[in-house]
Amino acid sequence: MTIVEPTPLPITLRVNGRLLTVDVRAHHTLLEVLRDQLQLTGTKECCAEGECGACTVLLDGRAINSCLVLAVEAEGQNIVTIEGLDVNGRLAALQDAFLEHGAVQCGFCIPGMLMAATSLLATNPEPTVPEIQEGLAGNLCRCAGYSRIIAAVSAAARASR
Amino acid sequence: MSDAAGIGHSTRRLGGIERVTGAQKYAADLRLDNVLHVKLVTLPCARAGIKAIDISDAARVSGVRCVMTAADLPQPVPLFGPVYADRPVLAGAETKFFGEPVAAVAAETKDAAEDAASLIHVDYEQLPAVLTIDAALDPASPLVQDAALRKPGPLAATNTLEAWQFGWGNLRDAHAECVIEHDYVFPMVTHFAIEPHAFLAAPDEHGVTIWSPIQHPYVLQRVVAAALKWPLSRVRIIAPDPGGGFGGKGWPKFEPLMAFLALRTGRPVRLVLTLEETFQAVRRTSARVGARTGFDRSGAIVFQDLEANFLIGAYADIGARVVSKASYCACGPYKTPHARIVARALLSHTTPSTAFRGFGTPQASWAVESQLDDAARQLGIDRVEIRRRNLPDKGQAFIPNDTPADGEWPLALAKAAEAIGWTTPISPHHGRGVAIGLKSSSTASASFALARMHYDSSVTILSGTSDMGQGARTVLAQIAAEALGIPVDRVAMVMGDTSVVPFDSSTSASRSTVFMGNAVLKACESIKTQLRTIAAAAYQIAEASVAVDDGLVRMPGREMTYAELLHAHFGPPRGELIGVGEERNAFDASHPLGGKPSFWEMMCAAAEVEVDVETGMVHVRRLVLVSDIGKALNPQQVEAQDEGAAVMGLGHTLMEHLILDDSGRIRNLGSLDYRIPTIEDIPLHLESILIENADGPGPYGAKGAGEGGILAIAAAIGSAVREATGVTIRELPLTPERIWRAMQQPLHPK
Repeated sequence: MTIVEPTPLPITLRVNGRLLTVDVRAHHTLLEVLRDQLQLTGTKECCAEGECGACTVLLDGRAINSCLVLAVEAEGQNIVTIEGLDVNGRLAALQDAFLEHGAVQCGFCIPGMLMAATSLLATNPEPTVPEIQEGLAGNLCRCAGYSRIIAAVSAAARASR
Repeated sequence: MSDAAGIGHSTRRLGGIERVTGAQKYAADLRLDNVLHVKLVTLPCARAGIKAIDISDAARVSGVRCVMTAADLPQPVPLFGPVYADRPVLAGAETKFFGEPVAAVAAETKDAAEDAASLIHVDYEQLPAVLTIDAALDPASPLVQDAALRKPGPLAATNTLEAWQFGWGNLRDAHAECVIEHDYVFPMVTHFAIEPHAFLAAPDEHGVTIWSPIQHPYVLQRVVAAALKWPLSRVRIIAPDPGGGFGGKGWPKFEPLMAFLALRTGRPVRLVLTLEETFQAVRRTSARVGARTGFDRSGAIVFQDLEANFLIGAYADIGARVVSKASYCACGPYKTPHARIVARALLSHTTPSTAFRGFGTPQASWAVESQLDDAARQLGIDRVEIRRRNLPDKGQAFIPNDTPADGEWPLALAKAAEAIGWTTPISPHHGRGVAIGLKSSSTASASFALARMHYDSSVTILSGTSDMGQGARTVLAQIAAEALGIPVDRVAMVMGDTSVVPFDSSTSASRSTVFMGNAVLKACESIKTQLRTIAAAAYQIAEASVAVDDGLVRMPGREMTYAELLHAHFGPPRGELIGVGEERNAFDASHPLGGKPSFWEMMCAAAEVEVDVETGMVHVRRLVLVSDIGKALNPQQVEAQDEGAAVMGLGHTLMEHLILDDSGRIRNLGSLDYRIPTIEDIPLHLESILIENADGPGPYGAKGAGEGGILAIAAAIGSAVREATGVTIRELPLTPERIWRAMQQPLHPK
């Protein structure tokens, strides 16, 4: 038996503000293309089935699991990854608040957590604690710094007021 | 030094900026040129007799460079393991657990490796598997390991890898007025670090380099060198910071296989496990603890008679040590005049169980603490009070001839009770519980550290500790900064490379702050001694009249910075000072564990829950943790460790368990079907209280931390659920279904 590799398809993505053309395979996820082809390894892979949130990125402003989106589906869309979260080279308020409140332990869930929190604050700038919990319910942290993550998101929201 | 960089201040995490910007490189983020991607081939059952493996289709897949089976390895196939060398690099005639690889493919792309792996045809026969404690104890069951390969003795032809009997006093002399006897079941759970395991290996000019998010790089070096029959110097381990360890990344797994693949192909090789494969690679040992506990009328413990059966996996890994260490201390922090503890590590056709935060103690604590609750109810004593009556005061022995109580444990209990509002009225369907966990820390172990003071007086610390999120890098830098009187940002920490950093036993047992911390402290003290010696020689004065502190060298009539002295001493050729620090607890053959613990890790947990009586769902409303930490070098990190460990404990208490089918497959494989606590599962009142008397053996009076939070959660929640519902469940997890069903029993008083 031989397996014939399909021909890669060129697609255009805007990633962290840069317009890129990448040759992708039809079955590769956005996560695989970000990590393996664009070397944007800040986005993490854990469950690869949309349950853990480690691979969360913003797709046209919405937080999505990049393991559940085929790269070809992201054609022409605006993608923001953790590498694009800083503000002109300075930490965003959320990033700083995560450090200040000790919300970062091993750090592996943190890129996804920050992208989900960014999306949450973009749609709801003053979330209540239950709203923060709901907004981040799809992001697992096994170090379980959840209470500090809630405090950090609340503080970042206050700081941006 | 009193600025925010020093001891006792919550210095921001070193490596924190990398972690919030995505710059931190975990193992799977590393890129090696010319790398081959590896995929493992496994079978859909635990135990299989392998008849033939056909690799011909796989070998024809474009891009495949190597298909390795056991037949391609040196014969007999090398066996490896940290204590017992019992695990083959690849399974040969028989697999012994679901997920044990029978072949590995190395290919130019991940796709090609996966395609080829799916085309390997294994002709096998599924064989009866030993999957439960009862099956492992049954003499009629098949043997998991070949008796000829076992340590000779009466256990060789059984599935008991090791058995122990610990104890003191004499049960025959023990007269109790109240005897409680029950069995307690603790589930099989998996670590579920968010970072799945990843391994890379490459041939190098000395031998082989392996990249692994391993907690104990020097254990890995030893095990890989033994498998290769090479000297240690030919094996270099680079250990990127683990994305969560929890014990699951402590001991070698697929690194020996990766070494053989790299050497066979002559290329760098890379294996990133899926989360499902990680579930099949690591788990916590499940257990059934039979407890018979005697009390006098006042609630004082008269005896504890425990039989602890732990179901370890197909290979020993570190499982036997988990069982012996936890069992020796299974009676908990209580004065127990008479004790008998029988413990067994039982082999089974399951994933090799390994270290998991708490190292066996949560399993024992679930039983012993729940017994105290039963006794309190039976004797009409308050659940806090019965614990207080049995706790030793500081300095009092509670295990004969061992480290006495080294903290204010009754105070911790009182603080927990107060913080949870123990004596205040409780709402309907709410309940409170309290429990205490106690864990033996590191016994015999060794840590070495190097401090290099550069020409400009900045410092590099070299340490074999791994920073897996607990914050060791930050705390060790704080210790160095404090010791030398320099800002933390003048200290660079180098960790995780056996070709660079000196030996360290392990990053485990909450030992790093104490053992590596002391090693770093000693290395820095050596630097200060050298500065004094240099100054005394340069200015012809007695060393005793030179003071070195706060970044300054002070002599009668003269004061200079470290850098000024180094410039004066070394001159234009330049140079540096090198300090060596060594902290060891010697092995003691007469002690059941090889040595007394250097400190006890104690945690008192108090919980308030609300149970939805319609569904059996438990909501943890309040959780209070009180530990006696000696000295919190970085309070924020200590509190975060306590809180995180406690929430992890909510997992095995309320929701987590691996479910096996009859063939030994894990039915809830992966994150869809295996639930861990989410941000919606945590108590919104979560409080960590630290007792600090600077009375620990570590730097500045610190004791270790990091595991305490998980130890007593199950019993505290179980007790609270019992108060809320009236039902007693002795098998974890306390799922809604279990609680709801128990509440439907006709005799259940609603």
